[in-house]
Amino acid sequence: MRNDMFSVLRRSPFSITQTRRFAVRICGMVACLMMFAVVSPNVAQAFSDEELRNIAEQLNDKSSTKQVAIIEEMAADGDPRVAPILKAMLEGDLYVRDSDEHVVIATKKGKVYTHIDIISGEEAGESSSKELDKIKVNNRLRGALRDALATLNLFSPDHAVRTAAVEQIMDARDPAMLPLLLRAIEREDDETLLARMNLARATMALAAGENAEERLAAIDVLASETTPQIRAVLSQFVASAEAEGIEPEVVTAAQDALDDVEGRLSNWQTLGDVYRGISLGSVLLLAAVGLAITFGVMGVINMAHGEMIMIGAYTTFVVQQILSSVLPSGSPWSLIIAVPAAFLVAGMIGVVIERCVIRFLYGRPLETLLATWGVSLVLQQATRTIFGATNQQVTAPDFMSGAIEFSTGLVLTYNRLWIILFSLIVVAGIACVLRYTAFGLQMRAVTQNRRMAGSVGIRTGYVDALTFGLGSGIAGIAGVALSQISNVSPNLGQTYIIDSFMVVVFGGVGNLWGTVLGAFSLGIVNKFLEPFAGAVLAKIFVLIALILFIQKRPKGLFALKGRAVEA
Amino acid sequence: MTDYSQKYQMTPVVGWLLKDRGGMILLTILIAAAILVPIGNLLVPETSSFHVPTWMLSLLGKYLCYALLALSVDLIWGFCGILSLGHGAFFALGGYAMGMYLMRQIGDRGVYGNPELPDFMVFLNWTELPWYWYGFDMFWFAIVMAMFVPGLLAFVFGFLAFRSRVTGVYLSIITQAMTYALLLAFFRNDMGFGGNNGLTDFKDLLGYSLQSDGTRAGLFVASCVFLGICYIVARGITQSRLGKVLIAIRDAESRVRFTGYRVEYYKLFVFTISAVMAGIAGALYVPQVGIINPGEFAPALSIEIVIWVAVGGRGTLYGAVLGAFIVNYAKTFFTGVMPDFWLFFLGGLFIAVTLLLPKGVIGAVPAFGAPDRQSILSSMRKRLSAGGKA
Repeated sequence: MRNDMFSVLRRSPFSITQTRRFAVRICGMVACLMMFAVVSPNVAQAFSDEELRNIAEQLNDKSSTKQVAIIEEMAADGDPRVAPILKAMLEGDLYVRDSDEHVVIATKKGKVYTHIDIISGEEAGESSSKELDKIKVNNRLRGALRDALATLNLFSPDHAVRTAAVEQIMDARDPAMLPLLLRAIEREDDETLLARMNLARATMALAAGENAEERLAAIDVLASETTPQIRAVLSQFVASAEAEGIEPEVVTAAQDALDDVEGRLSNWQTLGDVYRGISLGSVLLLAAVGLAITFGVMGVINMAHGEMIMIGAYTTFVVQQILSSVLPSGSPWSLIIAVPAAFLVAGMIGVVIERCVIRFLYGRPLETLLATWGVSLVLQQATRTIFGATNQQVTAPDFMSGAIEFSTGLVLTYNRLWIILFSLIVVAGIACVLRYTAFGLQMRAVTQNRRMAGSVGIRTGYVDALTFGLGSGIAGIAGVALSQISNVSPNLGQTYIIDSFMVVVFGGVGNLWGTVLGAFSLGIVNKFLEPFAGAVLAKIFVLIALILFIQKRPKGLFALKGRAVEA
Repeated sequence: MTDYSQKYQMTPVVGWLLKDRGGMILLTILIAAAILVPIGNLLVPETSSFHVPTWMLSLLGKYLCYALLALSVDLIWGFCGILSLGHGAFFALGGYAMGMYLMRQIGDRGVYGNPELPDFMVFLNWTELPWYWYGFDMFWFAIVMAMFVPGLLAFVFGFLAFRSRVTGVYLSIITQAMTYALLLAFFRNDMGFGGNNGLTDFKDLLGYSLQSDGTRAGLFVASCVFLGICYIVARGITQSRLGKVLIAIRDAESRVRFTGYRVEYYKLFVFTISAVMAGIAGALYVPQVGIINPGEFAPALSIEIVIWVAVGGRGTLYGAVLGAFIVNYAKTFFTGVMPDFWLFFLGGLFIAVTLLLPKGVIGAVPAFGAPDRQSILSSMRKRLSAGGKA
């Protein structure tokens, strides 16, 4: 009866039917809790103490056939006290005590053996080896013991062990396990584990069910789940049904259920692709958004942009190193400290580059490109000289490790979720600086009409330097985030530079929202192509598509209108 | 530059060649090298101080290929303002065409001894040659392909880009994307070009062993000859009326378009010619270094080519040749003596040349670049202060 009540709890935690079944589920839970309150204290004790002692004493039989039978009998009952006995027997620690002919587990401590009572599991005296007769184990018995122990894991008091055992049974789908599984279902009191067990029972019933009703009921149970495993079970059943002479209505039902499950799985797949696309998009966005300022707003082709990202990542590394040596307890905060540090370091280097190189090259974009490429080579080699060519280890704080896993196969790792959030915060921050601060106003003024801005008293050179510093600093911030997912090496910047340019050009130069949209759409398109074409081909397709797109709209998705951008 | 009477009539080739002082010096050096270096290598005994060792012969041959590549970039960048950051792609494609011929020449001497399939295909369990490998057992076909494939790619790419008026940095960025896409594609084993390892382990060319001094000297002479021919062709183009239009496009594209010229066709023509030259350079390069792999498609390499041209002197053709030699000799020197310093030097070179030597090394020589004999220092000062005000 309890099984039937639990059958409503088998649903995946986020399936569509969830809300519909919610009320039923609550009722079921309440009913079960009440039932456990009555039964639970002794629920797992199947043998009485006397029975257990008697049956254990038969383990010392002379015939190993008899011994195997006894082992199976003990294991089949699912008493949690059986497992330690069998385990001790497997390891050769099970003895018969001469004094009272009781079976005990004995371990050697120094010169004496400590006895452990098999019933209570507590210490029961000690003796020398002479007073103990070892229960001998041969290879056949060892095999039987191992099998018995595996099934007994279903009854282990340890939740994790039970979970693993259920998964093992799900994978094996051996009909011989069914009786044991049924007993485990009776004794299980964990809700999610019980759902898994019922599912396992259904997979077995599908294969070994005796009549159409049993099979249909099993299909019903299976159809409510949405995991790749169930899809495999059902498709395997449908494929082999004909040969095994299964009733046609069962096959039809199984096919329907299979279509159902596949439909839901493909929805999840799409959802997963979108998520991965957004995740990639956020990385692209972080990498490109600094460039959107230097290239988009100032028209400077900064080939050293990737190196600014690299400098941000190395700043993160240095901050972590310093923090862990000065204040080890503060190390979880290192990433948060690294954000302003990376902004300042990369921003300052940016200002220096602008003052020393770029300001002489305004209006000559191709030469700017070459000079900044030179800067990027110097920065790369400088990093290699200071830190070495190998990857540096940047540790992830606790809040960024781990993941949300869905039974449908979708995994959302926390570091990706944080990066998505972080990228949006950074873009919002930039938008606010451009829109609401005096510096943002001056920057836009200089972009739109440099001479006019100069004549109303804006120090254009000063604004140029700060703008370039801002773009570089933001690249540095991106480096903090990207240090969590990329190798922190001198080549870090090189991996992002072409992608960043693609994003900015695609989105439309001089347009922050274009960059955001460009990054996310490129990320999503890339991830949707990947299942069909593979990662490398997908990237190639995206590059080709971009090259063609630029032919169609040379100024990107959102071109600025008017003459200001032509100059 | 030239007087008006000559501008609108075809001057005989020898006529304008004689007036091209730098070109004459370059061609003389090339002819001398093509004769003296092989003699120094093959005939002069090793004990003599005039003996040219084989490694130096190969190194010089490699530099000549780079010089040809630089020449092709100078033709479009120096004379038409097209800054291609993907010329390494054309070079590598030419190289792959030659590499495919050399692979087929290995025959059954490979590790697996398969007479039909190159080793890497046997390794990948391929049973038959992909269709695009057909014909590469013939030398003439490989040579044609080494020019045709880069030319075709440049034609299609250029047609799309120039027609829709993608210019300036946008063009540079998408050429870079092009070579990056090819880099990724050639890294794939499925492409059938040897994946990561590329094509290597070559045995012989037209029946002559690639290891023998004679073949190497032959390749060196071929490099000199092709560089000379390509120089004359490039000079011919820039001297012609078409060349004048190209220069006009470089300096004021819109104005040329409004005057009634189809700018895109001029650009397409010179871009395709330049790609073919790069392809030839690649085809000459591969037998001399003995390997071609996807690394040649790397965007960084293509940018490096541009700096060869910038160092030598953009828009002079012979300057590009000189720049290729200077930078590559520096590379050989530094990577041998102090490898850590090389990138500092190269990076510094990029910055210094763009800021201080806009006309390159050639421009600093009064006889070539500085007609008003202004001191270089004052021109630098002027340049810096002008840049600061802009």
